[in-house]
Amino acid sequence: MNLPTMVKRTALVGALALSMGLGQAALAKTLHWAYQGDVNSLDPMSLNETFTLGFQNSFYEPLVTYDKDLKLTPALAVKWENPEPTKWIFHLRKGVKFHDGEPFTADDVIFSWKRSLTPGSDMKGYGAMASDVKKIDDYTVEVTTPKPNPILPRDWVFLYMMSKSWAEKNHTTEASNVKGGNNNYANLHEDGTGPFVVTSRQPDVKTTLKRFPDYWNKNMKTNVTDIVFQPITQESTRVAALISGEMDLVRPVPVQDWPRLEKVPNIQILRKPEARAVFIGFDQYRKELLYSNVKGKNPFQDKRVREAIDLTVDTNVINKKIMRGAARPLGTLIADSVNGFDDSFGKPYKTNVKLAKKLMVEAGYPKGFEVTLDCPNDRYVNDEKICQAVASMLARIGIKIDLLAQTKSKYFGKVLLQAGNKTSMYLLGWTPSSIDAENSLQNLVACRNAKTAAGQFNLGGYCNPKIDDLIAKIGVETDQAKRNNMIKQAFTMLRDDYGYLPLHQQPLSWGVRKGVKVEQRADNVLDMRYVVMP
Amino acid sequence: MLNFIARRIFQSIFVMLAVGFIAFAMFRYVGDPINNLVGQDTTLAQRAKLKQELGLNDPFFVQYARFIGNAVHGDFGVSYRQRVPVRQLIESRMPATLELSFASAIIALFLGIPMGIYTALKRRGVLSHSFMTISLIGISLPTFLTGILMILVFGVLLRWLPTFGRGEVVHFGWWSSGFFTESGWKSILMPAFTLALFQMTLIMRLVRAEMLEVMQTDFIKFARARGLPERIINFRHALKNTLVPVITITGLQLGSIIAFSIITETVFQWPGMGLLFIQSIGAVDIPVMAAYLLMIGFFFVVINLVVDLLYFAVDPRLRVQKS
Repeated sequence: MNLPTMVKRTALVGALALSMGLGQAALAKTLHWAYQGDVNSLDPMSLNETFTLGFQNSFYEPLVTYDKDLKLTPALAVKWENPEPTKWIFHLRKGVKFHDGEPFTADDVIFSWKRSLTPGSDMKGYGAMASDVKKIDDYTVEVTTPKPNPILPRDWVFLYMMSKSWAEKNHTTEASNVKGGNNNYANLHEDGTGPFVVTSRQPDVKTTLKRFPDYWNKNMKTNVTDIVFQPITQESTRVAALISGEMDLVRPVPVQDWPRLEKVPNIQILRKPEARAVFIGFDQYRKELLYSNVKGKNPFQDKRVREAIDLTVDTNVINKKIMRGAARPLGTLIADSVNGFDDSFGKPYKTNVKLAKKLMVEAGYPKGFEVTLDCPNDRYVNDEKICQAVASMLARIGIKIDLLAQTKSKYFGKVLLQAGNKTSMYLLGWTPSSIDAENSLQNLVACRNAKTAAGQFNLGGYCNPKIDDLIAKIGVETDQAKRNNMIKQAFTMLRDDYGYLPLHQQPLSWGVRKGVKVEQRADNVLDMRYVVMP
Repeated sequence: MLNFIARRIFQSIFVMLAVGFIAFAMFRYVGDPINNLVGQDTTLAQRAKLKQELGLNDPFFVQYARFIGNAVHGDFGVSYRQRVPVRQLIESRMPATLELSFASAIIALFLGIPMGIYTALKRRGVLSHSFMTISLIGISLPTFLTGILMILVFGVLLRWLPTFGRGEVVHFGWWSSGFFTESGWKSILMPAFTLALFQMTLIMRLVRAEMLEVMQTDFIKFARARGLPERIINFRHALKNTLVPVITITGLQLGSIIAFSIITETVFQWPGMGLLFIQSIGAVDIPVMAAYLLMIGFFFVVINLVVDLLYFAVDPRLRVQKS
């Protein structure tokens, strides 16, 4: 027997074994899938975090939602308009039923908005985007915003609609509170309008869902009838469960396992650049760095030093060597899937070590300097390895990196503003929750301001008043073309100022059983509406 | 006797208080829980407010005193991560850990003791040599690796057993049991064996060494001289005299099986308390960590007490002294 025949036969036997083992599951169209952690709560207002909200999207829905390409598409509102700068009108879908059979109306929208402002809610930021929500009739609501908001429908993509009558009946009119209390019914139960109904929930163990027969959209692509979700913490166990056929889909799959897994016949690895931009920031506001051997001054305040760093670190090499070519190298802080992205400012800086060395001499650091780089080791894809690569690259211009890589809770407990912002240089990743550039500008680029909460994740304290002026204008400009042009200006200024060291969009890495078709949304949400089983 | 038990229970309170105190002193170094409690759009002011409301700004001994004060009333607070009362969370996860520990203790004892006796009596046998070799592997391989290897062989290659989880469970009040379903039995085999492997080899080697020592003693020689059958010498006289240290070690090991099933539970995604503890560390879920550590302290105290009581049962000399 020659080798190819043997391979073929093995594959055949494998396929046969697989089809026998899973024959029954295929008939029922049950999707078994695993993620590295569990959803923290079924309450759609308890935690503003993508995985939790993405999971809840199977049973709760917003007014306006994303399609597979993160474009806005109608959900519980059929159309929406912006008649005055501070007013939005949403026309609601008729004939929508909650899972308990009650109809969805304007009262539920108003209730959901109010609930998002209750003490336990983590969606207060979204709730605060409206100063009032009024009922025009049963299927029309008028939203008044405190200032013009050009992107309210986008901002509210994760503000899910709950049933007023259900919440009142079950005493859960306030969001589940981490401090406990009696309002936690919605934490373990749901009553949404979404395509699936939660049938059982054991936190950390198993959550099962089945198709909602009265769902309004009869033209969904999915043919899944039942969903079984089980978190699997260990990477190797998760991958084993996929190969053994117990799981139809697992995420994430470790990048370093790709070459090995590509040889397994019954599974497929799906990858795509995520909407998360990963970058390194520098402390630019302290007079003297906390963790460096340079005393009396802050080298990162010198634009030439920042330029030298950006010209030395080659993100293409990091992509090739560490991300196996699946990342998308960036020269800015937003991903290509984010509204406002433009290649003019998005392409990586061109590496030029010779010029970088010259800049370091001009800046007065011919021998370089020492600085500590803070890095998480379990938050982003290969985060610690990226930091190691950056450290070895920066050694070429004499910058000696002392790498402090630690688990995410320790890392965030050191670098975030609420934790004292004790860092001189740090690795961070950011997905704007609205998939719009303004959110990234507000959080990462705007000068810090405790009152307006601007620059809350601008951990290096970068501040450019000219960009701040632009951000203020972007926030209220309702003409989308003008607005995108200003976004472009702001990011170009940031690029010319070498405010950050942008690295890449990290890759999504999902594993599926062969034949299972899914859309990988760039915000790392598994959208059940698009899952098709063989 | 009652006096002895009462004294032990009184001591256990101090043990648990000390465990709690040390735990709270360390919680400051596990990271900031707030970032796991809120999304990225939550403002600094809201974060600060939440931190204040949860009492995380207080000195650790104040937090500790508050925790103990509530714990006395049976209130262990609410899990930051799951937003359900900690007591409920631990209650729902305890059966999984106890069943796993029980199963692995049974495996360890029922394989370890016979293997130990056999290798002591038939020192030069081929089987003895292979037992000794296996025990070397069992002692030297880390649990993590054994678990992964077993998953690879029985889960992925042979596909006989599920690679993770606990299978279907049957509920009896708050207790959930996997011993009444086929998938439950299949699921427990690999994690129980992984967890038992180290204990099994430890018990085997211990029994062997003790047996060898006892077999040399005068009273065994005397028994032989009396012409007693081998079976009676081996099991009634020799084995019984080896059991005191075996009970001590087994008892302490049972405690560590429960406390340190963490790795096995993580490898097999076994939904027990060990996995819960690991997940809680990742999320800086202080109420769960505190309650878990207290409980483990309590388990150790209780197991030690039971071990001490077993001494009375096994060793008649102790009974004589006391009375």
